Amino acid sequence: MRRTLLPLLCLLASGCGDDDAPEPEEALPGGETTVHDTTRNAFALAARNLQGERRDAFFVGNALFNRNWVTAPASTEGLDGLGPTFNASSCAACHFKDGRGKPPTEPGEKPLSLLFRLSIPGVDEHGGPLADPVYGGQLQPLSILGVPAEGQMALSHSTHEGQYADGTPWSLEEPHYTLESLAFGAPHPELMVSPRVAPVMIGLGLLEAIPDAGLEKLADPEDRDGDGISGRINHVWDVQAGAVRVGRFGWKANQPSLSQQNTSAFRGDLGITSALFPDEDCPSVQTACQQAPRGGTPEVDEQKLAQVTFYSRMLAVPARRDADAPDVLRGRSLFREVGCATCHVPRHETGTVEDAPELSGQIIFPYTDLLLHDMGEALSDHRPDFEATGSEWRTPPLWGIGLVKTVNRHTRFLHDGRARSLEEAILWHGGEGEKARERFRTLSATERSQLLRFLESL
Amino acid sequence: MTKQGWLALMATGTLLTAGCGADGPLEESRARPVVERYAALTYENYTDVVTQALRLREAVERFLEQPSEERLSTARSAWINARRAYGQSEAFRFYGGPIDDEDTGPEGQINAWPLDEAYIDGIIDGQEPLSQELITSMNERNGETNISSGYHAIEFLLWGKDENDTGPGNRPYTDFVDGITPSNAERRRQYLSLVTKQLMEDLESVRAAWAPGQDNYRKAFVAEAPKEAVLKMLTGLGSLSGAELAGERMTVAYDNKDQENEHSCFSDNTHADLYNNALGIQNVYLGRYGTADGVGLDELVAAVDPKLNEEMKQRLQASLDAIQAIPAPFDQAILGNDSSPGRQKVKAAIDALRAQTETLVDVATALGIQLNLE
Repeated sequence: MRRTLLPLLCLLASGCGDDDAPEPEEALPGGETTVHDTTRNAFALAARNLQGERRDAFFVGNALFNRNWVTAPASTEGLDGLGPTFNASSCAACHFKDGRGKPPTEPGEKPLSLLFRLSIPGVDEHGGPLADPVYGGQLQPLSILGVPAEGQMALSHSTHEGQYADGTPWSLEEPHYTLESLAFGAPHPELMVSPRVAPVMIGLGLLEAIPDAGLEKLADPEDRDGDGISGRINHVWDVQAGAVRVGRFGWKANQPSLSQQNTSAFRGDLGITSALFPDEDCPSVQTACQQAPRGGTPEVDEQKLAQVTFYSRMLAVPARRDADAPDVLRGRSLFREVGCATCHVPRHETGTVEDAPELSGQIIFPYTDLLLHDMGEALSDHRPDFEATGSEWRTPPLWGIGLVKTVNRHTRFLHDGRARSLEEAILWHGGEGEKARERFRTLSATERSQLLRFLESL
Repeated sequence: MTKQGWLALMATGTLLTAGCGADGPLEESRARPVVERYAALTYENYTDVVTQALRLREAVERFLEQPSEERLSTARSAWINARRAYGQSEAFRFYGGPIDDEDTGPEGQINAWPLDEAYIDGIIDGQEPLSQELITSMNERNGETNISSGYHAIEFLLWGKDENDTGPGNRPYTDFVDGITPSNAERRRQYLSLVTKQLMEDLESVRAAWAPGQDNYRKAFVAEAPKEAVLKMLTGLGSLSGAELAGERMTVAYDNKDQENEHSCFSDNTHADLYNNALGIQNVYLGRYGTADGVGLDELVAAVDPKLNEEMKQRLQASLDAIQAIPAPFDQAILGNDSSPGRQKVKAAIDALRAQTETLVDVATALGIQLNLE
C-alpha cells in the first residue's frame, strides 16, 4: 500500500521546493491589525492599530453587540422591539465571544447559532431567493409573548464510512433536518431549507477591503485554466445602492457589504427593523406577528447600526502560533501541494478604505478567494441564492481557525457545523474540492497530521 | 461577558542590552524580591477577598434564615465591603493567571457583567432543580449578558433593578418571604444561597493558587525569569488601566449614557468599584496592600529612572483623585450634556487613566520590556 503511494508523493513534492519558504508577513495574518492573544477572548479584540476615539467607538459597538434586545414597549430606551419572531435576542448569542456557532450537540439542545434560510422555487425582484409566503425568508423558532413561533427544527444523523489510503478508517455524520411544530400548517411542497451556522467575526473589515478587482482576477467561471476549479463571483443586490454588487459575506456570498449583512441580521435574526429594512419579517398569514407592538420606526437607529458595523469591521485577526515549527512548515507546503491553496488563497492586499486607514493597504492572509465553488452533492443545500447554485459555497476564510476550540469550546466546521474536526471538514470536500480531498486521503498519517498542525496554527 | 481580554494585551519582553550589560534593570538580585513581593501581596489581597466573601455568605445566610429589612441591609453592606477587596485584586488579571486562565480561570463566574436581569429571573421562575452546577452551567449560555453567577448576580438579588435616580435598587425583603409578593420566594432564597456559596468556592480556588509553600501557580510564578514575571505584572496593570477601566468600564457608559453599562448598576457601587480597581494598580506598583508595604516596581524604576518613577506615582494618584472627584452615583454622573459637571469629571478620570496607561508603557520600556497594549 505504502509503496504504491510513493510516486505520487514525489510528484507532489516536486512542485514546490525551496522557493516555497514562508513569507515574513504570514505570521501576522491581519497585517497591522493583528493581535497576540491565544485566550478565550482571542476573537474579541480591537485591531491593534485602532487608536484614540476610534478605539472608544469599538467598545461602544461591542456593548451593543452583546446586549439583549427586549420586547417592546420597554423602559430600556432604544433597545426594545425584539421580534415579534426571532432567532436570538443578541448578536453575541450566536456569535459567542465573536466566534463560531455550532449545531446542537447535546440531547434536547435547540439550534441557536445555526439558523435555517427558507425559500421556494423562483426569484424575487432582485434575483434573490423567493421567500416562503407563509414562513418568510428564515425559520424563526422564537417569539415574543402572544405571538406564535414559526416552528422548530429537529435534527437526526446518518453515518458515512470511509478510509484513508493507508487503511485508517473514518466515519462522517450527515445531518438531516425536519421541520416540526409548524404554527401555520404544512410547509410549501417545494420549500428549500438551508442551514447556516454563525461564522467567526474576525477580520471582516479586511475582507471587505479586498478590492473587487482582486476577486475578479481570481475568478475563473469557465475554468479556462482547466484545473477543475472554477470560482465564481456571486452578484447580489445592494439595497442601499439599489444596484447589483459583488457578494462577499455570508456562506453563499449573498451580501455585498458588512453594513447590509449586519442590518439584515438585525431584521432576520433579532426581528429589529431599520431604515434599510423597515418591515418586520411577518408574512401576511402571521397576524399576531403583524399586530405585535413595535419598538419604534425603525427599531434600531442609524447611529447604533453604524456602531455595530464599525465594531464588526475592526475585530482583529489573531497572530499565528508556532508558525515556524518544522511540522507546521511541512504542513504549510502540503496545504499547497494538495491543492487547498487554490481556493483557500493565502495572500491578499487590501485597497484604500476611505474611512478606515487601519484596514487600508494591508498585506493579509485570510486563506480564501471569497468566490463560489461547487462543493459537490454531499454538501449541497439544494437552494440557490442569487447566482450561487445549491451546491456552491463561498470559500470560508481560515484565519483564526485553530483558535475556535479555545474560544468556542468546540471544533465544528462547515456551513452547518457537520464536521466534528478540521480533518472531517476536509473529508467532506467534494465537487471542485474532490481532487484535493483525494490527495489528502492518500497522504501518510504523519503528513495528514502535519497539514492539520498547519491549519491549527492559523 | 467576562471582560477579560478586551484588550488583552500581548506583551513581549525584550531585554535592552545597550547601556545595561549584565546589570540590566531587571538584574536578578534586584528584581527577585519585587516578584516575590508581588506574589505575597496577591495572596494578601485574595485572603482579604475570601474573608470578606465569607462575611457576605454569613450575612446572606442569616438573611435567608429569617428575611427582614435589617438583615437585608446587613447583607447589602457585606456585599459592598466584599467588593473593596475584590476590586483591588483585579490588577492580577489579564495575563492568564489563576483568575483568568483560559481553561480553569473562574473570572467569568465571579465578576461577569453587564448582566441581563431577566435571565436570572427566568432561571428562578423555571422548573429545573436549582444547584451550583445548574447556576454555573447557565452562566454565559447563549449570550454574553446571560449571567447567572458571581458578584453581580448576587447584587441583583440583593438590590433588584435600579429604577431610582437618587439611589440604588430597592428590592423589598419580602421577595424572599413565602406567600407575600411573588410565588417563587423559595427558589429565590435557594438561588441566592447557592450563588453565594459558588462565589466563595471560586474565590477560594484563586487564593489557593497563590498560597505560599504549595505546589501551585505561585511557585511557578516566582521561579520564572524576572523579565517574564514583571512582564505579567505590567500586562495586568496596563490592561486593567487602559482597555478595561478607561475603555470598557467607563467610556462605554460615558458614551451611551446608559445605566445598563455601569459596572455595579443595581447597588450604585460603580464609583467605588472604579476606585478600587485603580487602587489595585497603585498597590502593585508600590508593592503594597493595605498597611503591608514591600518592594514594588517603584524601587526597580527608581533605580534606573527616578524621574519616571515620580511621574508614575503622580499619575497613579491623579487617577485615584480623578475617580474620587466623580459625583456618585455614577449612573447620574454620566447623564446630561458634555458640559455637565458629572460628565466632565467622568471624562477627566478616563483621561487620567489613559495617561497613566501610557506612562506604564514607558515604565516597561525603562525596565527593558516592550509592552504592546492591544
